[in-house]
Parts: sequence; structure tokens; C-alpha cells
Amino acid sequence: MSETNLTPARIERPTGLAMTMHNWKTALKTQTPYLMTFGIALWLGAYYLFVEGWELPRFNKLPGPVEVITEWLNPDPDWGMSLFTPEYYDHVVVSCRRILISFGIATGVGVPLGLFMGWSKIFRDYTFPILETLRPIPILAWVPLAILMFSGFETPVIFLATLASLFVTTLNTLLGVDSIDDDYFRAAKSLGSKKHHIFFHIVVPGALPFIFTGLQISVGVAWFSLVAAEMVSGEFGLGYLIVDSYMNITYVTMVIGMLTLGFTGWASSVIVRMVGNRMMQWRLRALALEGR
Amino acid sequence: MSDSVNSRGAISIRNLTKIYDPDGVNVMAVDNCSLEIAAGEVCMIVGPSGCGKTTLLNGIAGFHSVTEGEIYLDDELLCGPSKPKAEQGADRMVVFQHGALFPWKTLAENVAYGPMVQGVLKKNEALEKAGHMLAEAGLGDVGHKYPGEVSSGMARRAEIVRALINDPKVLLLDEPYRAMDSLTKSIMHEALLEVYDRTKVTIFFITHDLEEAIFLGDRVAIMTTRPATIKKIVDVKIPRPRSYETLSSEEFRKLVDETKEAVHEEAIKAFEAGERELA
Repeated sequence: MSETNLTPARIERPTGLAMTMHNWKTALKTQTPYLMTFGIALWLGAYYLFVEGWELPRFNKLPGPVEVITEWLNPDPDWGMSLFTPEYYDHVVVSCRRILISFGIATGVGVPLGLFMGWSKIFRDYTFPILETLRPIPILAWVPLAILMFSGFETPVIFLATLASLFVTTLNTLLGVDSIDDDYFRAAKSLGSKKHHIFFHIVVPGALPFIFTGLQISVGVAWFSLVAAEMVSGEFGLGYLIVDSYMNITYVTMVIGMLTLGFTGWASSVIVRMVGNRMMQWRLRALALEGR
Repeated sequence: MSDSVNSRGAISIRNLTKIYDPDGVNVMAVDNCSLEIAAGEVCMIVGPSGCGKTTLLNGIAGFHSVTEGEIYLDDELLCGPSKPKAEQGADRMVVFQHGALFPWKTLAENVAYGPMVQGVLKKNEALEKAGHMLAEAGLGDVGHKYPGEVSSGMARRAEIVRALINDPKVLLLDEPYRAMDSLTKSIMHEALLEVYDRTKVTIFFITHDLEEAIFLGDRVAIMTTRPATIKKIVDVKIPRPRSYETLSSEEFRKLVDETKEAVHEEAIKAFEAGERELA
């Protein structure tokens, strides 16, 4: 058979801006963006009607959407916090920095830990009971210990956020290694792999889909344990902002803090998903052919 | 068999017995089974579902231990009482029932993997050789694709190429074309025969498909229901190279009927015993 077609002409995929434009164009042809917009509108509409329109009992004490959005976009906010005040960004930046550090530590420790636990039976036998005992303990229960162990405001907060997401990452990575079909190990061994080959060529890539599912969950877990930690200890951050506004009865600012947290959290898991897709082209392409 | 130019890859299975979980359920999968496969022979193994065909393969490949008996490859002991589990090695390459190309590597990377980890070739040399071998198998255009992007037929052919690049003594195939439609299957058969005619590698091929068995094989070993042993060996004296005209020859039909009768008997026994299938 022919040997000339070793390097076939491929259809070049668009890159950079052209690719982004192309993706947007394709996306606008599906119903997804319209349904998403409609969903948000529906939710906002109900929120508005319940709180500000009909002023239903129980709801009428809450800050309504018009009030919150007006304040959020107000260059001269009534309660001192909006998109135009530097303090707002201080809180966002502080929380994002804490997430970056704790999620980074949790991933850097959790992924290798999970991989080793999945790969080595002996290591797993040593460590699994510890993981399973510590994992169900809610992060709030760790707060006193964190404050006892670490000085200052920053370290206990980071410790708490790291801990929660560490467990999620480790467990998912471990399950990822378990999920790899035995035939891949057999094939790799028959093909002459040494232990380190199996680890880097089979265990790591084989566990990646589970690892990234775990990372998406763990970045979310990092956010909500961070907020719990900031509520107890800390002097900046979105969690602190929420509790502080509650104490000062500035409920509008409190809701702004909550919504900001929601959007930032969403953005962070989108980033994790994008990195995952980049690292798992093989999976993305196979799924695309299945129409997903 | 007679025109074989290959002098390596003879498998000798001697009085093999395999009992799964000897202390517990105690299921005897294979009982005192002996089979001689000559170097360069295509030996087809047929038998009822779960009778223990894969157990033989697992023993040869070194995936499972054997309870009693020995397996030799070219007079070299693979496994026996002194070492119940054979060492896995690139001299016996397995093509798996569900396919085991690494989905995270492209076809070319998959093929290049063996020589690369064995240290025989450097990565780029291995990739180059993989490209050539894939082109030889008619897969030159898809080397850069991932297994999930190509058809199951292409993936299976690439898996055979991944085995062949290691220059194995024996190819062990476990119902590799089971899930394929008959058209794809016929293409796969021709491709495998082409590979065989070129390499004369010993082939140990498990199947349920009797026509496939007669069409591809030099001999067809029919196994009994569990505990399995060899019931009958059918010699296929249809000359090679074989083509699709073979399928309509009278000799071919006669051999299929002969095999069918023997297998049918065992299938009924297996059905009546109603035991759970083993791998």
C-alpha cells in the first residue's frame, strides 16, 4: 500500500480571534444562549415580582433586584459598596488570591496523593482510612483547630479552604485510577512497560477525566469553605463582606456580595473546565463525534 | 502450516488445569487440557461461551496463573508448577476483545509505544516506524487521530499493528471482531490474512464464529464445555492464500458443518448445566 500519505493535508483549524468568533457564531445558532437568557430573565422576573412587585409576606424584607442592581451600578453607592468603589475589588481580589493559593495547594498535593493511592496498594492501605475519617468532618468544625494552629488571619483561612478541596481532589483522583480498564495495564505491561512508564503513560492520563471532574467540584468546595472561613476569621474577602454587611444591616451590600461570589465561583469552574478540555483533546474529540 | 517459513512461536500446552478460587467457590475452568501449536500456525479456538477459552489465553499471556500443567513457548517454560504465572512480554502480544488501544494516545503514538518503552527505538524513530507500519496496513492517513475518532475496524487494525511492531512470536487474539458487522468483519479477515501471509507469525485466535474459524485457521480446536479440554481438532487443508471465493467452496462448507456439529453438542451441554460464564 502507499507510503506517500504519511503526512496528509489536514483541514487547518482556526485559531485565536477567528476561532473565538467562529465559536460565538456557532453558539448563537443553537438554542443554548437563548434558553440561558430566558432562564435568567424568568428567575429575575420572579425575584422582582415576589419582592418588589407584589411585596409578598416574608419576601418584602429582602432587597429586591432593582434595588440591588441600582446600588451595584451606582458610582456613588448609598451603602458604600458598588462596582465603582475600590473596596469592592479589594474584597474580590483577596478572595480570589486565597482561592488561587488554596486550590493550588490542594491540587498540587491532592492529585499526586490520589495517583499514588490508586497506583500502590500498600500506600493506599496506609492512607485510605485516614482520608475517609477526616473527609466527612465539616469544615466549620475545623475552625477552632485552625485558629489554634495558625497565627494571624490569613493562614487559618487558607488552611480551611485547602483542606476541603484537598479531600475532594484526592478521592476523585483515586477513583480515576480505579476507573482505568485492566486491559490497558495488561497491554502496557505486555508491550514492555516498566513501572514508571505505566505510571506516566497509563495511570496519569487514564485518571485525567476523573481528576478534572474532581477539580471542578473542588474549586467550588474551596469557594464555600473559604467563605465559611472568612466569616469566622478574616478582615477582607467576599465572605467577610457578606457577614459584615449583615452585622451592619446593609442587606443590599450583602446580596451584592453573594451575587459576586456566585459569578466569581462560576468563572473559576469555567477556567478549570477549559484547562481540562485543553489537556484532554483525545476525549473532547471522541465526545464530539458522539455528538456531545 | 506446511509452507510456514517461521521457526519460532511454537506453543505447547501440556496437561493444563485451571481452578478459579481453589479455596472458595472452586470452579474448574480447564481440566487437563493439552494442545500443540506449531510455529507459524494459525490455531483457532472455538467452544461454548465461558468454557475457558480465555483462560488458556490468560495463561499464555501471563495475565493469570495456572493451577497445574505447563505451557512452553519454543521449548522455553512460560509457566508451570515452579512458576504458576508466566511473565508478560512483548514476544506474546494480545489483541483484546474490547480493544485496548490507549485512548489518550494517537494511533501512531500507540504503535510507537512498545519499541519506545522497551528502549529499542528513540521516540521519534519509533514514531517514524509506526507511521510506515500504519501506512503499510492502509492506515497512513489516520496516524494522527485518537482511537476514539476512528472506526472500530480501523482501531482493531491499528491494535494489530501495535502488536506487530514488536515482532512478536505469537499473536493472541480474543474474539477481536466480535462486535463487528459482517461486512467490516470480512475486511478485517482479509487484512489479518494479509498480515499473516507477510509475517507468518503464530496466531492463537479465540472465536465463536465457526465460518471465521475455518476461513482463517490452519486448525480449529473445539473445546468442551466447562471444565474445558480439547474435544476435537479439525484440520483445515484449504490452501493459502485464501480469498472470499473460499467461502463458497464445498470443502469449506463441509468443514463448517463438521465443526458446527461438534460445537453444538457442547453448547447444549453448557446450556443445560446453566453455569455462569467465566471470562
